Amino acid sequence: MGDYPSRSVNATAGDLAATSSRGQGAGYGASPSNHNEPPLGGGGALPKKSRFSIETGFRALSTASGAMVLVIIVAIAVFLIYKALPALQANTGHFLTQFEWNPNDATPSFGIAAIAFGTVLSSIIALLVAVPVALSIALFLSHYAPKRLATPLGFVIDLLAAVPSVVFGLWGRDVLQSPVRDFSLWLNEYFGWIPLFGGNGPFGQSILLGGLVLAIMVLPIITSLSREVFQQTPGMNEEAALALGATRWEMIRTAVLPYGKPGVIAAVMLGLGRALGETIALAMTLSIKFDISFNLIENGGNSVAANIANAFGEANETGRGALIASGLVLFTITLVVNMTARAIIYRRREFRDNAA
Amino acid sequence: MAKRIEASNVSSYYGSFKAIDSVSMTVEPKTITALIGPSGCGKSTFLRSINRMHEVLPGARIEGSLTIDDQNIYDPDVDVTAVRRMIGMVFQRPNPFPTMSIYENAVAGLKLNGVKKKSVLDEAAEKSLRSANLWDEVKDRLDRPGAGLSGGQQQRLCIARTIAVQPQVVLMDEPCSALDPISTLAIEDLMFKLKDQFTIIIVTHNMQQAARVSDKTGFFSIEKTGDPGRLIEYDDTQKIFSNPSQKKTEDYITGRFG
Repeated sequence: MGDYPSRSVNATAGDLAATSSRGQGAGYGASPSNHNEPPLGGGGALPKKSRFSIETGFRALSTASGAMVLVIIVAIAVFLIYKALPALQANTGHFLTQFEWNPNDATPSFGIAAIAFGTVLSSIIALLVAVPVALSIALFLSHYAPKRLATPLGFVIDLLAAVPSVVFGLWGRDVLQSPVRDFSLWLNEYFGWIPLFGGNGPFGQSILLGGLVLAIMVLPIITSLSREVFQQTPGMNEEAALALGATRWEMIRTAVLPYGKPGVIAAVMLGLGRALGETIALAMTLSIKFDISFNLIENGGNSVAANIANAFGEANETGRGALIASGLVLFTITLVVNMTARAIIYRRREFRDNAA
Repeated sequence: MAKRIEASNVSSYYGSFKAIDSVSMTVEPKTITALIGPSGCGKSTFLRSINRMHEVLPGARIEGSLTIDDQNIYDPDVDVTAVRRMIGMVFQRPNPFPTMSIYENAVAGLKLNGVKKKSVLDEAAEKSLRSANLWDEVKDRLDRPGAGLSGGQQQRLCIARTIAVQPQVVLMDEPCSALDPISTLAIEDLMFKLKDQFTIIIVTHNMQQAARVSDKTGFFSIEKTGDPGRLIEYDDTQKIFSNPSQKKTEDYITGRFG
């Protein structure tokens, strides 16, 4: 069984056949107990290259998986456009500039401006709050905390990422709202002359509250990814900085942060992606207003995703199309943000590639 | 600007493991001292103790005293960053900062020390790159990544980075072990040149290198794995390689070791 020439006979039988041929005891998968087996390095005639093998099969599988990403992205875009077009055609208002959202009326009139603004503003607030905190935590975990503390603390941070957003929404609404209201009143009293903190109230269910809840939600993603990249800083670069007389913070600034920068940007973008798309937590914490206002503390605010969640239930045909059109806008915003981030990373690619 | 180093009864530990036992030696200014010995004998540990890089590792500490021109560098009041500025270090594998250009690498130490003025930095970059025999090769591409240079050029860039902060002493931890013979020769030439300004201590596995470049040689060895390394013999290089007083040294340099 399993004599050598049968190998080339079997060679074109394909990878599946190769597996089954092992069961039949044919040449391809000959058992190691066979004493007639030639040495691994060969002997006798060179066997033909098999045309189909695990190698080709795996390559096809991974190529197909890669292509699937593109297919899915295109399919989503096509779906959004196809569903949105009829509603956009029926729209009597201007989709990009109008604030009001009345797609269910007899003469539908709706615009993306207010909700897109709310989405971007709440995400910006979230990042402004979350990024500095997340980077500090990440650096603490990777470079300051003793290992005994860093490991469990990192685990807790990861746990925070697993909390469902509806829980964050509930918590933001029931627990965080009253301190935010008090803080807003204080801001209003002393900094009311800044338009951001002006207004006459009521305060509390504001874009500030929504932004803070979002900040807590994106914190764990940014923290744990940044910690990963900070930990990967080559030890010899850290030593080089220390040997030049750097303090620990200077070492971090010289070796760790520049090395981790692309990774941190990617982490922030992932966090931003989550913030932009967040639905339920915002739907629960904002008091919906279709308005563009830079006032952070007055009740109000809205976001694309929260609006979809709130309005989808009672929407008619055009209403749903309008919401899908808003989804398309959200999709575009996310795409632009991501491509900008890629561009930033790409700019310093040459320095990055040599890092290995 | 070169200083005398005096180590007396220096023992270094990693946690409870004693890596070197009671090393005493005096290194004169403007000389090259080579430390040789088998792997794991503690020569690198001793070298890293001289600029307090040893203690970077968790649990690492030393006993004994190390002075540089009669100043104890392990004095609790001494600023460790000042020690490391005074005693620069070049590592085994070239380690330019990967995100920085050649120019930025050369002046990285100065920037850490708060030098901001462009003209000062420019001057220092050129001076240190010239001293490191690298200027002619890189002067047209100072803004290119430092990590894009060849291994030997990278190591010379690291030397430039080290001497740009004008240390008194330069420690080199097997600086040529990752380099080809031509680059090694370039580094050795450079060491001769730098000897005029700096006290140099080099750890090397290459005995020809030790014989070629150094004025004095210290031979470290261990009895067996797990024992602390000891300084077996420390003398003029010529004496060590022609007529060592210790049997162990002779065995090692003639290749009869272990």
